Amino acid sequence: MALKGIDIFKLTPKTNCKECGNPTCMAFSMKVASGAVEITKCPHLSDEVLAKVSESNAPPMKTIAVKAGDTEYKLGGETVLYRHEKTFVSKTLYAMTVCTDMEDNDAKIAESMKVDYDRIGERMYCEYIFVNCGEKKDEFVALAQKAAAANRGVVLNCSDVETMKAAATAIKDAQPILNGADASNYEAMSAVATELGCVLGVTGADLDELYETVTKLEALGNKNLILDVGTASVKAAFEGAVQIRRAALLNKDRTFGYPTIVNVAKLAAGDEAFETALASLFTLKYGSIVVLSDMTYAKSLALHGLRQNVFTDPQKPMKVEPGIYPLNKADADAPCCITVDFALTYFVVSGELERSGVPCNLLISDAGGYSVLTAWAAGKLSASTIVKFINEYEIANKINNRTLILPGKVAVLKGEVQDKLPDWNVVVGPAEAVGLVKFMKELQA
Amino acid sequence: MPFKKPVQKYNASINTVELGVGDKKIVLGGENVLPLYTFDGAIENAPKVGIEISDLGYADQVPGISGFYADCATIADMAKKAASIEAVDFVCLRLDSADPNGYDASFEDCVATAKAVAEAIDKPLVIAGCKNDEKDAQLFTKIADALQGKNVLMFSAKEANYKGIAASAGLAYGQKVGAESAVDINLAKQLNVLITQMGVNASNVVMNTGTAAAGYGFEYVVSTMDRVKAAALGQNDASLQLPIMTPVGSETWGVKESVASEEDMPAWGSQEKRGIGMEVTTAAAVLASGSNAVILRHPESVAAVAKLIKELI
Repeated sequence: MALKGIDIFKLTPKTNCKECGNPTCMAFSMKVASGAVEITKCPHLSDEVLAKVSESNAPPMKTIAVKAGDTEYKLGGETVLYRHEKTFVSKTLYAMTVCTDMEDNDAKIAESMKVDYDRIGERMYCEYIFVNCGEKKDEFVALAQKAAAANRGVVLNCSDVETMKAAATAIKDAQPILNGADASNYEAMSAVATELGCVLGVTGADLDELYETVTKLEALGNKNLILDVGTASVKAAFEGAVQIRRAALLNKDRTFGYPTIVNVAKLAAGDEAFETALASLFTLKYGSIVVLSDMTYAKSLALHGLRQNVFTDPQKPMKVEPGIYPLNKADADAPCCITVDFALTYFVVSGELERSGVPCNLLISDAGGYSVLTAWAAGKLSASTIVKFINEYEIANKINNRTLILPGKVAVLKGEVQDKLPDWNVVVGPAEAVGLVKFMKELQA
Repeated sequence: MPFKKPVQKYNASINTVELGVGDKKIVLGGENVLPLYTFDGAIENAPKVGIEISDLGYADQVPGISGFYADCATIADMAKKAASIEAVDFVCLRLDSADPNGYDASFEDCVATAKAVAEAIDKPLVIAGCKNDEKDAQLFTKIADALQGKNVLMFSAKEANYKGIAASAGLAYGQKVGAESAVDINLAKQLNVLITQMGVNASNVVMNTGTAAAGYGFEYVVSTMDRVKAAALGQNDASLQLPIMTPVGSETWGVKESVASEEDMPAWGSQEKRGIGMEVTTAAAVLASGSNAVILRHPESVAAVAKLIKELI
């Protein structure tokens, strides 16, 4: 149970020395209780008190740091079950599978690695390779090395301790996740993970067994864990993912305060569309690493888009980079449509413009990520910001066409923009993006 | 210390709404647990899967859709073919032809189409309009009259046109009414209140709380549904205890990921697979967030999503 502000206050020197940066010990204690300040900011506390408070007021779900190639990621650390309650902090990572029993692992890795692109400022690719140890145990080390060479994160999946140790040691610089501990081997497996400084994956026949194994691992001092919800059935995996997260966040049960790994490739057993559906489900419901059979654009475009949306901080609007976006193979002679940098606006407007089939240059101006009307109300979309954008991005030099289409919602700006840009023909577009198809076709005619 | 399973079971529940008549009629809603959480309590009425057909046909769609209907001469044939898929719980007829900015089909033609489809199938029917508020209002009224006794869902009434639709479909002709709002819990609640205040029983109303394709502002869709279910179950808010039906295919088959040709985007690979990927991803995500029914287009998506529901419930 987390200590309350008043409980923490009792442990402080109560001298109001202000060395922690707060006016009183009471104010400091309240902030510690709410998680806003670390207890260590007070220089007058004994180690015993520090340990007591940081243990009891630690977040319910641990943040596990992992390395995927050169990129560092965090798993877990969530504080809410729903994004609207605050925000999700650690996005789901996707893995593709290779297995010692499969022939075409090299080609499979190469194919999955081809999916690598940028979507609204975020690199979208397959972050992890899940290396499964099948019947051919002697090929596990070589396969692990192949996976590590791809410069992505590696999950080693193997329940045989010696085989795991050999592979993990061979690629220890890649800091693989060692997914292989269970009720029967946890002690030895944990020793390997601890020695190499790797995250340990734990699984169990059911949630009770998993819980017991985690308890024992924690007693051994290993709290660098990730929980595998297993592949007994879709239903059991879903219950596992939800119960583990709820236990941590609702019941404050820290034994289950760890991120999870869900092997949807195994659950789907080769049904591609079903696998994608499962990956979507576990992206929303609490999978920290979702293991796919492979990564294709068909999966990635949908799943990475979903993930980018769901893990957006509700307090921070998604923004696209300001600039010129030529649509429908537009060149310098195509007309310009200007709007704001709110991602949703960009998607809706660019989608409709593309649907019209009329070549045009979509100009995205910096409006702080607000929608058209909000930006206008906040002064972030005005005649001056439009003119500033046109000048800063040297639109007049880059584009020959002199037609500038304003969003219909800010028709009121037309006069002022026209005055400030006398060379341009300023036109008011439709108020809703849905009207763009008709509007653009008529403009072209 | 053994693991103590958390349980979130509520005293409140989602309303049940029946669609269709006879053996094949379906029941939406009724659960008193969070979406798909069967480990908290039984979900008697599993989420339902609908398939959408357009009265303009699907000749220009990906091969898996166009090909599926290739031997269908009429819209009634398409409906029959669509309904013949075992996993399909209901058929959604989208009257795209009615659009005044497009083909602008007459009311008589649309009513005849709806009648032909209703007679061709024994599974429940959902009628979607052409997204023109004025035309839809009149269209729904006429179809609700013509299909009396079939218990069809008029999908949907919006704030701009709910009065006529609720009065005709909901009150005069005993059909079901869809209440469509644009991804905002307050707008959803307001429209439900307005429709029920007209005298339409809440058990005859299904919500569409708004949708988007995954990647296209979908976080609002998720949060709206999360909050609707939290209010309906957690706070016993009767005005939000309506089952949710989400049209998925009509959104996802229109976005770049699904329409860009393989010539334009060679790296992206099969257009059909991309389209299915978008459709099943979006459908699974809205089901996880609280939809009691989804409407899809591609037969493979229908199979995958039905399998997901079957495995979970």
